[in-house]
Amino acid sequence: MSVVAENRRMLVRLALVAVAMFGFGYALVPFYYKICAAWGVNSFGETGESPANTQVDRSRTVTIEFDSNTHGLPWYFKPAVNHMDVHPGQVATVEYEVVNERPTPVTGQAIASFGPQLAGEYFKKIECFCFNQQTLRGGESRRLPVVFVVDPKLPRDVNTISLSYTFFEVAGRGGKG
Amino acid sequence: MSAVVDTHGHGHGHDHAGHAHGHGDPHGGYGGLMRWVTTTNHKDIGTMYLWFAGFMFFVGGMMALAIRLELFHPGLQYLHPDFYNQLVTSHGLIMIFGAIMPAFVGFANWQIPMMIGAPDMAFARLNNWSFWLLPFAATLLISAYFMPGGAPGAGWTLYAPLTVQQGIGMDFTIFAIHILGMSSILGSINIITTILNMRAPGMSLMKMPMFCWTWLITAYLLVAVMPVLAGAVTMTLTDRHFGTTFFNAAGGGDPVLYQHIFWFFGHPEVYVIALPAFGVISQVIPAFSRKPLFGYASMVYATSAIAILSFIVWAHHMYTVGMPVTGQLFFMYATTLIAVPTGVKVFNWVSTMWKGSLSFETPMLFACGFLFLFTLGGFTGLVLSLAPVDIQLQDTYYVVAHFHYVMVAGAMFSAFAGIYFWLPKWTGKMYNETLGKWHFWLTLITFNLIFFVQHFLGMAGMPRRIPDYPLMFTTWNEISSIGAFGFALSQLVFLYNLFTTLKRGEPAPQKPWDGADSLDWTHLPTPAPYHSFETAPQVK
Repeated sequence: MSVVAENRRMLVRLALVAVAMFGFGYALVPFYYKICAAWGVNSFGETGESPANTQVDRSRTVTIEFDSNTHGLPWYFKPAVNHMDVHPGQVATVEYEVVNERPTPVTGQAIASFGPQLAGEYFKKIECFCFNQQTLRGGESRRLPVVFVVDPKLPRDVNTISLSYTFFEVAGRGGKG
Repeated sequence: MSAVVDTHGHGHGHDHAGHAHGHGDPHGGYGGLMRWVTTTNHKDIGTMYLWFAGFMFFVGGMMALAIRLELFHPGLQYLHPDFYNQLVTSHGLIMIFGAIMPAFVGFANWQIPMMIGAPDMAFARLNNWSFWLLPFAATLLISAYFMPGGAPGAGWTLYAPLTVQQGIGMDFTIFAIHILGMSSILGSINIITTILNMRAPGMSLMKMPMFCWTWLITAYLLVAVMPVLAGAVTMTLTDRHFGTTFFNAAGGGDPVLYQHIFWFFGHPEVYVIALPAFGVISQVIPAFSRKPLFGYASMVYATSAIAILSFIVWAHHMYTVGMPVTGQLFFMYATTLIAVPTGVKVFNWVSTMWKGSLSFETPMLFACGFLFLFTLGGFTGLVLSLAPVDIQLQDTYYVVAHFHYVMVAGAMFSAFAGIYFWLPKWTGKMYNETLGKWHFWLTLITFNLIFFVQHFLGMAGMPRRIPDYPLMFTTWNEISSIGAFGFALSQLVFLYNLFTTLKRGEPAPQKPWDGADSLDWTHLPTPAPYHSFETAPQVK
């Protein structure tokens, strides 16, 4: 074969290598995601507890009834509204008013209960005064919010949920003692 | 100049080459500008590559001066921060793609055919086109400054997400890189084919001058990685305009993916720049030691080993992206492994000089400067290759100092060595040795003024790519800026020497360097005739 023909063949071969390497650049894309998956890195927020689907289910409405009690505590404690209609998945807020009727500081802890009881696991509280103990100075009044979502997975036969909070005095913390 | 008299070689200096002018016009019938536009002669094209590289070297150098001017004092004095970022970006792109790479392609064009006894490059017309793509790419690159929003300011690495967001100047840059890539690939195909198919009878691969070997391996690297860079910028382009989301996080893409693809190109690119520089040094040091290159075969294997390893170390540029420790360790060990073949090369050069009959003309001075400073740059590279250290030094001036030691003191010193070494062969005229030595010493001193102190800045935590800095960094920055202006002035000595040599230089002796033993020195007259080796020489 003449040198010219041999050179041509070489040109074609090397040009093919160049084209293949251009493709290789693109092949690195899926390869990269495979490697990341294999090593468990860069999983784009899918690790750990992912938030449940919070899409609002507008096909149904659930009535939430609010109840409030105190147990051996001289506090005025009432929700701002008695009941509220929400769609499952909708973020809602309710406020409770609490007043310490004693002249001295008192610490209390609220405990929630649900009716029907099984509704409790579908009632997701995002923010709640019941997450912490609450200390009120003598005569202080406060509005305490509860932010919640009813899980759309709530069984369809549940149309009403009663949420009842009871405040218990935490002994020994600025109260009786 | 050497006082030792040449005892062999040019006496039988290949008569045929002298006759070549006999038949017809050597310039294909065109004069003036059209001669250069239409030329297919490897020497003409090599000359054009070198002029282009020299011009771009000064363009990129002016940008560096503007950067150093702004950094002379803390605070914002002269440049808007956006414009500063654009200058930093263009300086990097121009120096790498516009200055260093074309300079070594210029050397390859001039020297490879003469060194292997070929009449010209394998694809002469393609060679012309490879060159003429460059001025257009450079115009596109620089005209980005005149677009709304200016040139891209994302750094020469063109990292997403900035590149997905910037103005139309970014598209100009992407297309400029496409064209530069095409030019490099075509040039590389030409070089590989020339070396593999066009060698004179008897010139086996293992008899080739080292410069041809390093270019052969470099050309393979370029064919393998330039298309990957083209792919990376094409993905950026389609992310910007065609709704793909390779790197655009808003659509589920991943900017870190860009870094992986870019550095898969970027690390071999480092050796694309370094290997031809090694090749020039491997010609110069034996010539001025008057000894053959020590450990020729091990040089070939070391060069190949560096090239192969360069494909599996890219992520050492991105230790901080959050890769697993396993990955950091792999890339760290692979990177430190490169020190072995590089060490082989450095020790071979030193051994070549060992007990040699040394003389220190300008090319040798630049080669020695290269040897010392490139090794320093290699050591800081070794420091940076260690993942735990790199996490501290990532994106500081330590990195800037490191890569300027390998790019400037490595590639550019070697380019100067090559120009002084071969200028007599190419032009038949001898440069002014005194001015050459001034150029070397001034360049050496001012280079270290600029960059040595930047190690300290980096260790102290000064980040790169900022136009302003805390007061505590002032002194070192002042020194660095003074060095930069001194460096620029020193290059005027080179320009003066070059132009006076071309205009009224003394005629060069037939073989000014005693130890030079490649075919261009032993089988061709000085200056090299326009057409050389039309009949292949017989190599014993």
